[in-house]
Amino acid sequence: MRIPTSRLWCACAALSLMLGLLLSGISQAEERFIILQSTTSTRNSGLFDAILPRFRAKTGIEVRVVAVGTGQALKNARNGDGDVLLVHAKPEEEAFVTAGWGVKRFDVMYNDFVIVGPANDPVGIAGLRQAGTALRKIFQTQAAFVSRGDESGTHKKERALWEIAAVDPLETGGRWYREAGAGMGATLNTAVGMRAYTLTDRGTWLSFRNKADYTILVEGDPQLFNQYGVILVNPAKHPHMKAGLGQQFIDWLVGPEGQSLIAGYTIAGQPLFFPNAPGGE
Amino acid sequence: MQDFGQAFSLAFQLIVSADPMLSEIIFLSLRVSLSAVIIASVIGLGIGATVGIVRFPGRSAIIVFLNALMGLPPVVVGLLVYMSLSHAGPFGWLHLLYTPTAMIVAQTVLVTPIIASLSRQVIEDLYIEYREQFLSLGVPPKMAVAALLWDARYSLLTVALAGFGRAIAEVGAVIIVGGNIKHVTRVMTTAIALETSKGDLALALALGLILILIALSVNATVSLLRLNASNSAYA
Repeated sequence: MRIPTSRLWCACAALSLMLGLLLSGISQAEERFIILQSTTSTRNSGLFDAILPRFRAKTGIEVRVVAVGTGQALKNARNGDGDVLLVHAKPEEEAFVTAGWGVKRFDVMYNDFVIVGPANDPVGIAGLRQAGTALRKIFQTQAAFVSRGDESGTHKKERALWEIAAVDPLETGGRWYREAGAGMGATLNTAVGMRAYTLTDRGTWLSFRNKADYTILVEGDPQLFNQYGVILVNPAKHPHMKAGLGQQFIDWLVGPEGQSLIAGYTIAGQPLFFPNAPGGE
Repeated sequence: MQDFGQAFSLAFQLIVSADPMLSEIIFLSLRVSLSAVIIASVIGLGIGATVGIVRFPGRSAIIVFLNALMGLPPVVVGLLVYMSLSHAGPFGWLHLLYTPTAMIVAQTVLVTPIIASLSRQVIEDLYIEYREQFLSLGVPPKMAVAALLWDARYSLLTVALAGFGRAIAEVGAVIIVGGNIKHVTRVMTTAIALETSKGDLALALALGLILILIALSVNATVSLLRLNASNSAYA
């Protein structure tokens, strides 16, 4: 019997060499970066790709964006897994700061939510000025509606709108209300696939590319206002976080340069976000 | 759906133009998954050989346990690794969250049970065949393990490829621990998930086709090596 121990050692050596090559360079992480916990709606809109390279060119700071729902972003930031938050659920953001997890909250920009659905609009909500009325009509006809169902900013807004409509979609127990439990884009894909209505932020909608015959049916209700805020995670709670770099990013974002870049970001001539930081312009 | 034809031509364009963003993503995918498979092979073969050869009480329970772990959902592994590496978790001080290393850790956890379980079966079957010989020749245990590993090397290579298939294809774990950060932790599967969520189904499918091509070329390379090796063995 051959017992090729030496060849086995050769194989082991080759493998460890390969592993060494694969792992080399991985730990050479750049130190001048921050983690931005943000939402799928801002990432999918393409805004970050448009503005972050400008910030990096100016300061040399890389902004690494983790895009999750607002609920998860707040949770991750509480765990200390982020330096800056850019999310859209003002009451929760204020609670986050009050509880001491964040330093201060600034308004950054806004856009609005819209209700989208198939162009033939079986329920007939097109052109309604009030989102609550539209949702009530969807409920009354038991037409399919897809909810984010993921504690995101959009989901929180949707629940607030159902309250205005005086409908509890979970209580009514019908099969018409479907929770996708997914990000904005995935939820839009689901809605289009089911011929269902859904609520989306305008930024994601404008950049979404699988619209089929879907169109905006309800817009313009002041209740559909969508405010984004930025918060520095409190370094007192998480000493390892990069407060200085994070603050530099916030100052830039709410300052004249960041604000004008946000205003200048358009898709097909339409702006996606409107800057409204207090000292921006 | 015109998306299929569009996806094929898009995939072709992406490959031909050697898009730098794409090659970065492919390179990271391979780096993460291959590293995970190598580390998982070292751990998994050790476990597989031990459980395959040594008889000890509770052995069958461990075998059932290992087999069950082969079905570990990636998203659960992602969650466990996230909670461990999070700054609020026990290994937060390592600052590994949202890095390729975290992705390697997650995929290693995912792949190790597969390699341990499958290699245990391979080694045990071979051991049953060789046991009499080992006993009559008085082969010391260490050498016996070496002989078993060497003689089963082609089957074990297939085991490693099964592990690689699992690693390169999963999205649930890496998207949680890596965060799908552009230029840092974006791999093929998370890029596909992202393009799907943007509604760019053609681009998503094109990336999917390229991912299949990569898996195909890794498997082809391994079987070429194997063919060469067995040819020279009989030369």
